[in-house]
Amino acid sequence: MNTDLIRRKALKTGSSLALFGVLGAIGLIRPGLAHAEWKKAAFEAKTMEEALATLGVAAAESSAAIHLSVPEIAENGAVVPVTVTGSLARMEQISILVDKNPNMLAAHFVFPEGTEGFVTTRVKMSQTATVIALVKADGKFYRVSKEVKVTAGGCGG
Amino acid sequence: MNNLKMAALAFAILSLSVMAEEKSAEGKAADEIAKYREMIADGNPAEFDEMRGAEIWKTSAGPKQANLELCNLGKGPGVVKGVYAELPRYFPDTKRVQDLESRLLTCMSSLQGFTEKEIADKAIGNVNRKPAIEALVAYVVGQSKGMPMAVSTRHPKEKEAYEIGRRIFFYRAGPYDFSCATCHGQSNRRIRMQDLPNFTLKKETQLAYTTWPAYRVSQGLFRSFQWRINDCFRQQRFPEPQYASEATVDLTMFLAVNSNGANYDGPGLKR
Amino acid sequence: MGGPMKIRASIKDGVTEVKVLMQHEMETGLRKDDAGKLVPAWIITEVKALHKGRTILEGQFGTAVSKNPYLVFHFKGAAKGEKVTVIWVDNRGDTRSDEAEIS
Repeated sequence: MNTDLIRRKALKTGSSLALFGVLGAIGLIRPGLAHAEWKKAAFEAKTMEEALATLGVAAAESSAAIHLSVPEIAENGAVVPVTVTGSLARMEQISILVDKNPNMLAAHFVFPEGTEGFVTTRVKMSQTATVIALVKADGKFYRVSKEVKVTAGGCGG
Repeated sequence: MNNLKMAALAFAILSLSVMAEEKSAEGKAADEIAKYREMIADGNPAEFDEMRGAEIWKTSAGPKQANLELCNLGKGPGVVKGVYAELPRYFPDTKRVQDLESRLLTCMSSLQGFTEKEIADKAIGNVNRKPAIEALVAYVVGQSKGMPMAVSTRHPKEKEAYEIGRRIFFYRAGPYDFSCATCHGQSNRRIRMQDLPNFTLKKETQLAYTTWPAYRVSQGLFRSFQWRINDCFRQQRFPEPQYASEATVDLTMFLAVNSNGANYDGPGLKR
Repeated sequence: MGGPMKIRASIKDGVTEVKVLMQHEMETGLRKDDAGKLVPAWIITEVKALHKGRTILEGQFGTAVSKNPYLVFHFKGAAKGEKVTVIWVDNRGDTRSDEAEIS
């Protein structure tokens, strides 16, 4: 079997099943523990509307209680640091989206009780675009966005 | 006449304010880029190369199936801690000044039985091929983090290497009549968004030299100082220097000695 | 199996900060190789962090997460000396699990 086929098969069967299986196999989780499947449709969404719809977002109000930290200028679009945090009660999920990327949704995080509504990661940006943090807190969606300028890389340095 | 004077004055004021504005916009961009660099400073993928290098260091390899634990990088066989802060240096056994890469070639040939050429010919990696010597460089330099640069010029050969390195730095040649100093001899110069360090100033040299070797984000690769020099030569349109050759070691010597006193802070993370 | 992760976990005022650096190419599937052929997507799709068998973070990645993914998160209820485990799975079914002691 070629790797492409393996890949497609893996994507098709949903790698979340794979992770679930692995976790069970190495005895890290008890069977029957709730586990979310990889959001294939959301990650493959090509438009913001599509991405939001597949994430189950009907409406997201902007909120000053969410803080999105991104650089104003990224020297390299391959690595754009993103931190999302907030002071809302019971932050359950944080999704990070980039409006001009081929696929809008970059990453999605779920926080169980006891984990703070906070995440830092790094995303790729194909060009200057808006980074959107989508937060689900106590069942409601909120969003905040910021523009990041991506400069063309120079030579040297 | 009066009007003309007024117009000239107005124009002068206008251009001054435009200049001031341009400068502040440029300064602001530089500040934002500095912030960006700070934000990505944590979590340097060069750590993976360090880990790989530490493994390679103690793993048997080559025709002689030996590891590198007897390699003398200047502070005795097997000593890795702090060696990079004192390199390049003169080695009595080879009777020449060697930088880290040059010395690793010596060890890989004398201890493991590789030929220096076979290692040197494939010493600079790419996405598909990650040479052992680059991982070894990452491992060794990481063991000097936080230590003050103290490169010696006491030995006559070390002094000579520094002097030749200085001359190479200012040597203009190639189809563009370029020297290293053409780009790196003045302050506040940049190529696109990259500030160019001025290597005639100690502070700027220290800042640049102590953060190399580095993980290059745009290439997704760890890069050694030999690569750095090689790429500068390429940009100058010079003939490609031989890996770990005398000219590259001497130029490294010039920059290393001028960084003395600063704490080594690599492997770095670069755009 | 993928290469090891770098995990650092430290506790301060009851909150444990976990920093994870994963080794992964994170190929987008949009890049062409030297021969002009599309390089197939190869990405970590899921990450999970556990403390004493309890899930403390679930993450899902798309193609836009940077090469060698980096993650920082905070959780409560741990003590010094206890362990945090991080597991990832990629779209080829490869997986990696590493742990770190909370300092």
